[in-house]
Amino acid sequence: MAKTTEKPLKKVCIICAKSTIEDVYATLIMANGAVMEGIEAKVFFTFFGLDAITKKYMNRIKTATVGNPGLRAPGGLPFPTILGMLPGVEAGVSAMMKSQMAKLDIPPVDEFLEMITAGGGEIYACKLGMEMFKLEKEDLWDEVKDVLTVGEFYAMCGGENTQIIFT
Amino acid sequence: MAQKTIAGKTIEVNDEGYMVDPSQWNREIAAEMAKEDGIELTEKHYEVLEFLRESSAKGETLTIRKVGKSGITDIKGLYQLFPGGPLKLSSKYAGIQKPASCV
Repeated sequence: MAKTTEKPLKKVCIICAKSTIEDVYATLIMANGAVMEGIEAKVFFTFFGLDAITKKYMNRIKTATVGNPGLRAPGGLPFPTILGMLPGVEAGVSAMMKSQMAKLDIPPVDEFLEMITAGGGEIYACKLGMEMFKLEKEDLWDEVKDVLTVGEFYAMCGGENTQIIFT
Repeated sequence: MAQKTIAGKTIEVNDEGYMVDPSQWNREIAAEMAKEDGIELTEKHYEVLEFLRESSAKGETLTIRKVGKSGITDIKGLYQLFPGGPLKLSSKYAGIQKPASCV
């Protein structure tokens, strides 16, 4: 083992506020990566990020094809925003993203969340966000541990060598 | 690169304790390595180790998801078998490379 004076990370608290594939998967990959390393992980979904833990939407998240300058066509060709406006393009691009991820053994959102909770990670929903979107606890994925206020979430983020990550 | 004598056999290990040559592996080495981390290997553990060794020999990228679908144990079970490192520790005891995957 490499010698270091740094203290290893013990806990990560991850906040996800957006519902695009890249935002949600960044959150899930970091949370899963943490539990796989023996690091405690608590994930807080708020605003549009709630889609990722809402039964109805969790496996239907998409990548934006409008206003996404990083999006390129296969082969690296530019992807004009005007194309992204056409019906079906967003769905097609999102399906392509998901198939690329599936090749790397990255699971759908619900299965990914199960992997995280299997490792002891905890999933929380934001109370204010739920009120805004008129969501009830029954609308959420069954293993969501609790609906919390920001203060309650912060209260869980104490302790040595803990980091809060906002994706 | 370093040499380490374990279970009466001298093996090559890297600086993180992973075996360099999977062919030097045997069950006793796995048991000793696990004991150093406070884990007592059971038959279930060995089934996981054998699965990882076979997949690794085929050149597959290992993920906990694959182990979870192997029929040996589910992901929760894998975490219970190898606390704090379902893929890292199991790969170490299986005498294969440290996993290079993020899932």
